[in-house]
Amino acid sequence: MSDVILRLDGISKSFDGKQVINRLDLEIKKNEFVTLLGPSGCGKSTTLRIIGGFEKPDEGCVIFEGKDITALPPDKRHINTVFQKYSLFPHMNVEDNIAFGLKLKKKSRSYIKDKIEYALGLVNMDGYGKRMPMSLSGGQQQRVAIARAIVNEPQILLLDEPLGALDLKLRQKMQLELIKIKKEVGITFVYVTHDQEEALTMSDRIIVMNKGIIQQMGSSKSIYDEPQNAFVADFIGESNIIDGIMKRDCLVNIQGVDFECVDVGFGKLEPVDVVIRPEDLTIVKRGEGYLDGTVISEVFKGAFYEIVVKVSDYEWLIQSVNPAAVGSIVGLTIIPDNIQIMHKPISEDAEVIKDE
Amino acid sequence: MERLKNFISKAYIFIILLFLYAPIAVLIVSSFNDSKSRVVWGGFTLRWYRGVFESDQIMDALFTTMIISLSASLIATVLGVMAAIGISAMKKRSYKAVMAVNNIPMVNADIVIGISLMLWFIKFMPLGFMSVLLAHITFDVPYVILSVMPKLQQMNVSVYEAARDLGANAVYAFFKVVLPQLYGGILSGFFLAFTISMDDFVVTYFTKGAGVDTLSTLIYGELKKGIKPEMYALSTIIFALVLIVLIVVNIYSGKEERAVIDH
Repeated sequence: MSDVILRLDGISKSFDGKQVINRLDLEIKKNEFVTLLGPSGCGKSTTLRIIGGFEKPDEGCVIFEGKDITALPPDKRHINTVFQKYSLFPHMNVEDNIAFGLKLKKKSRSYIKDKIEYALGLVNMDGYGKRMPMSLSGGQQQRVAIARAIVNEPQILLLDEPLGALDLKLRQKMQLELIKIKKEVGITFVYVTHDQEEALTMSDRIIVMNKGIIQQMGSSKSIYDEPQNAFVADFIGESNIIDGIMKRDCLVNIQGVDFECVDVGFGKLEPVDVVIRPEDLTIVKRGEGYLDGTVISEVFKGAFYEIVVKVSDYEWLIQSVNPAAVGSIVGLTIIPDNIQIMHKPISEDAEVIKDE
Repeated sequence: MERLKNFISKAYIFIILLFLYAPIAVLIVSSFNDSKSRVVWGGFTLRWYRGVFESDQIMDALFTTMIISLSASLIATVLGVMAAIGISAMKKRSYKAVMAVNNIPMVNADIVIGISLMLWFIKFMPLGFMSVLLAHITFDVPYVILSVMPKLQQMNVSVYEAARDLGANAVYAFFKVVLPQLYGGILSGFFLAFTISMDDFVVTYFTKGAGVDTLSTLIYGELKKGIKPEMYALSTIIFALVLIVLIVVNIYSGKEERAVIDH
């Protein structure tokens, strides 16, 4: 247990009577890149702000390296934050921004100078030291904000949707740079985002949250491949979520057809949610697959075609490298490994958020 | 046709400016007129100005005016900034309510404020220097709040939080990070309060009691006895002072705006 750096213990928080976080337990290990992922209002930012010390939980405690820091203000924690946007001090130049924390710690001038140079290099901003924040682009401002936090050598760096205000291209570039920075400085990153791609790209571990509750924790791969409930499946990537009935172990009935699968341990004839990723479905000739249906749309997406096939009243989403003619009748097939079976949600909280 | 339009629009502006400033121009010219008559030009003189500076009464009033407007606007600035910060942190509903209450004294008739403050003060203290000062602080504060508020609204809270995050305690973060971003609003609020204090007559008149005179109440008192050219000179001086302060404020805020646009 010695490699656990931060532990959240039964954290609850309400704003104006509205519960934002509900009895949340979480452990974060040293040197981990953890991402809190979820839709807006799911409590992820509040969780981060509780770790940073900007909010006090109503219940529960924050344990940092074995010590309870729940009541500690932000300036007394060995944790630094990169905020969403516009958090640079506009009346100070880049150097003074980066030096802010170090000056407070009464570091020597030569130490501060070296640190500024190192940090600017780390975030690819050499030579920008004398510029004012207002004269920098959004991406450059966030780089400076990262540098400003990192020079303080925090044990944990919190990042609150730091790339949210940037355009897609820049965001992808910055994601790779963040991974590089993380490797170089070797500190724990806790990252908050609503962008599932961002989470999948960067994290060692993803924590999917909804309605103040952790829905699933795990590596990018396990979250994507084995979503534990319909919310996670729906939120992470696109998927077909359809009702099924478990005939017995390794056999599920979908739309009246028995599919072989690999899931065991469900009740006999238990109604379940079945998740099938669009890229796992294969289009074959009519009659050669499990199901037959009519192609009702086909959209070219660059790397693949997005095809919708209607089988009785359900519209299957398929990603395929081969086109299919609209109006034609085709068969659909899938290998058992790619069928993911989930229990039906027990509580309303685990319910899929329908397209809001 | 185009030229006619152009001419009319220019003439229109000229007429407006004429109506606004011609009386002041007459005042200024009269203050340099060596003839006691208002309609005869008796040559250029500075003797009315000399008269102003040689009169103990006027110098006392000038001194009182400066002391009251300076200290009232300074105190009002401190109070106003603190109030603005508190108000800006309120929930939307209370925020709107308090700001509406804040605006009332500004649109309210001076005479109402003057009489009500007088009634209020005589219950607690003798009318005099202190009551005038308190009255001035009272009507200055809303102006400071009004000029500081937009700056507060523009400011991002995460700037303060970032300072705390980097190890600054609340006080240090406030003075080092929050306050510098309000400077523009604080300065224009201060100057606004200062000019309003300086040329206030009605409220001062009702709250001053006997023995204390600011320039405006002194001029009013003198005029009752008969018009003396020294008063033209004095009025010209007040006009010039207010003008200078306003120009300084305009240059300053213009600079700041340009600085923002440059980026």
